[in-house]
Amino acid sequence: MMPPQTAGAMTFDSPPSHPKLWLDAVNEWFTTVDHKRIGMLYIGYALVFLLIAGLEAAVMRIQLAVPNNHFVSPQVFNRMFTMHGTTMVFFVGMPILFGFGNYLIPLMIGARDMAFPRLNAFSFWISAFGGLLLYFSFIGGDGLYGAGTAPDVGWFAYAPLTAKLFSPGHSTDYWILGVFLSGIGSVGTALNIVTTIVCMRCKGMTMARMPLLPWLYLVTSAMVFIAIGPLTAAQMMLGFDRFLGAHFFDVQAGGSAVLWMHFFWIFGHPEVYILVLPAFAFANEIIPVFSRKPIFGYSAMVGATVLIGFISLGVWAHHMFTVGLGPAGNTFFTLATMIISVPTGIKIFNWLATLWGGKIRFATPMIFSIAFLFQFLIAGLTGIMLSAAPFDWQLGNSYFVVAHFHFVLVGAILYMIFAAFYYWFPKMSGKMLSETLGKWHFWLFTIGFHLTFDFMHIPGLMGMPRRIYTYEADRGWAVWNMIESIGMIFQAAAILIFVWNVVRSYRHGEEAGPDPWDAWTLEWSTASPPPHYNFAEEPVVHSRRPLWDLKHPQAPDSDYE
Amino acid sequence: MSAHTAVLTQSTGEWQLPDKGKVGMICLIVAEAAIFIIFVLAYIFYLGKSLSGPTPAEVLKLPVLGTVCLLSSSLTVHFAVTALERNAARLSALWLALTVLLGGIFLAGTAVEWHELIYKYGLTIRTNLFGTTFYSLVGLHASHVIVGLGMLGLALLFAVAGKLNGSHAHRLNVLSYYWHFVDAVWVVVFIVVYGLGR
Repeated sequence: MMPPQTAGAMTFDSPPSHPKLWLDAVNEWFTTVDHKRIGMLYIGYALVFLLIAGLEAAVMRIQLAVPNNHFVSPQVFNRMFTMHGTTMVFFVGMPILFGFGNYLIPLMIGARDMAFPRLNAFSFWISAFGGLLLYFSFIGGDGLYGAGTAPDVGWFAYAPLTAKLFSPGHSTDYWILGVFLSGIGSVGTALNIVTTIVCMRCKGMTMARMPLLPWLYLVTSAMVFIAIGPLTAAQMMLGFDRFLGAHFFDVQAGGSAVLWMHFFWIFGHPEVYILVLPAFAFANEIIPVFSRKPIFGYSAMVGATVLIGFISLGVWAHHMFTVGLGPAGNTFFTLATMIISVPTGIKIFNWLATLWGGKIRFATPMIFSIAFLFQFLIAGLTGIMLSAAPFDWQLGNSYFVVAHFHFVLVGAILYMIFAAFYYWFPKMSGKMLSETLGKWHFWLFTIGFHLTFDFMHIPGLMGMPRRIYTYEADRGWAVWNMIESIGMIFQAAAILIFVWNVVRSYRHGEEAGPDPWDAWTLEWSTASPPPHYNFAEEPVVHSRRPLWDLKHPQAPDSDYE
Repeated sequence: MSAHTAVLTQSTGEWQLPDKGKVGMICLIVAEAAIFIIFVLAYIFYLGKSLSGPTPAEVLKLPVLGTVCLLSSSLTVHFAVTALERNAARLSALWLALTVLLGGIFLAGTAVEWHELIYKYGLTIRTNLFGTTFYSLVGLHASHVIVGLGMLGLALLFAVAGKLNGSHAHRLNVLSYYWHFVDAVWVVVFIVVYGLGR
């Protein structure tokens, strides 16, 4: 027996440390309600699905590389493009953006956690379950071709193909339920983000002093409420049709296939902006830090974001020009679609003005951001081309459209996700990612991206429709498709380097310290990785760049507000 | 961290932000409203497009009693909240019980209506587009009433057990927002289904 006073001192100095069982660690991750851990769960889960959906894209590119190819069967090809699209939108794009939001927003606004931590955990796990359900269909679903088939109705699942008559079995039901659950999770997280931003900002952080990232997430989350509702409603209706014999989209009972298109795209188009606004948010944080200048036109950025949010709710039918909307519909949706390029243009010019005269550091996050600027511009320009209804009648559902939206989803959003990863990985793990590997990742991916998607415009203009299984040699599409498939190899190599970089840097990376980029927002004021409680004392801010004020007490921003 | 605290010490005076519960509930209501709007639009879009009978004009009767009960329950739940804010827990329990009762009468009315539609007129969700859209929209609303009643019933249970006091007024208030929303949706459903649609 030790004397009591010694025992007390002992326990104070070194708390009894049992060797931590791996089961305990698993348990901690499964039961966590900490926004940082949930954020990382979201990101990790999305990265796994990114690899899976990337693999599906690779299968398609191999199949299309040469004419008359039979690498996979037509049935498998249909499943590949359906699962690729569904996975990338619902189980990569949404969760990775929510992951960064979850991780960063409380840190950036000086809060200790999200507003509703348990709802946060629920939202993640329900989305995760949706993804597992979708992929379980590979084993458990039975479709048109017997057991073990995944959904094959395309990511927008047009009626009446989804009717029980044309898609028997349960593969389509897995699609409905998977997407439905992901929608519930998205609304839960969006609700959490809005409430956190509105109710939990630290002292002194007025809305006008808030970093732009939370601002853009606020708008994105508001759009989630309005856009996911129609999707959820449409999934319920389709579910009623398939399970209960209702007739919402049953054309033989007077139902309308076009109504499904409307409902899907009322979700589908705002969804593009829901995905791209967080990418803009990353650019708003990264570009100023690596230009060594505050963001140009803060209030114009906020205004443009809110405008994008509103206008994006009124452009959905530009996905449906080929249906025949009539002159009034065509005119309205063409105009609305063109007008949305105004606030987007404002953003691009603001980023350029931020770069202008800056002392630019070409670190990996920055080169991804600069590539994003160029690629997003091209995506926007082809978008304006497609917004003209007569042009769209020619090229709707062609590879030109596929090239256009991959410039948005890969060229803009995925590039900014990579930038965000290189920028905030040191905060999350305490280790720097390797710059050398990062540059390899960037250049290989950029070469691959442009080989694949620049050249994809050309067969599109030549009339190659999307979703075809194979094509005849005399169409003249073969050489372009071969180039596209070669690009895929570069992209795959780049992704492997990225994965290797993450694994290696996590184990042997250089220590990051709290503020490796000499940045200005609150997340860099705490340790890397941040302690469970984020901030030992609740911060108080006096300007948009609280850390600048700290580092430069002789010339704080707050003097100029 | 120590450099940081230097800034921390300067106070910025009063710092009041909106309440989490209210903001969260409003967000939920916006998201739910979006779902209802789509079901209402589908109902309006398919009005008169059924290929076979029965039609709404033939079979639907105005659910006057249910509507009066549901709308009054918005009032009673409001009284329950204000009573609890004044720390009058027993009075609050009484208003809560009345709310649950009124909501229950509404649901019973729906059950009777559906029973008649199914067994007397042979209208099910599979019959025609009217049946499809009617049962989906009214059913979606009824399911929200059931969820609301479940939560109000839970509050009532706590009240009966004597565990409800003034400190819970805020939570009951947030819950009452949901109930007001369910009532407001009914006003729209009533106008569209029983007014416009007949």
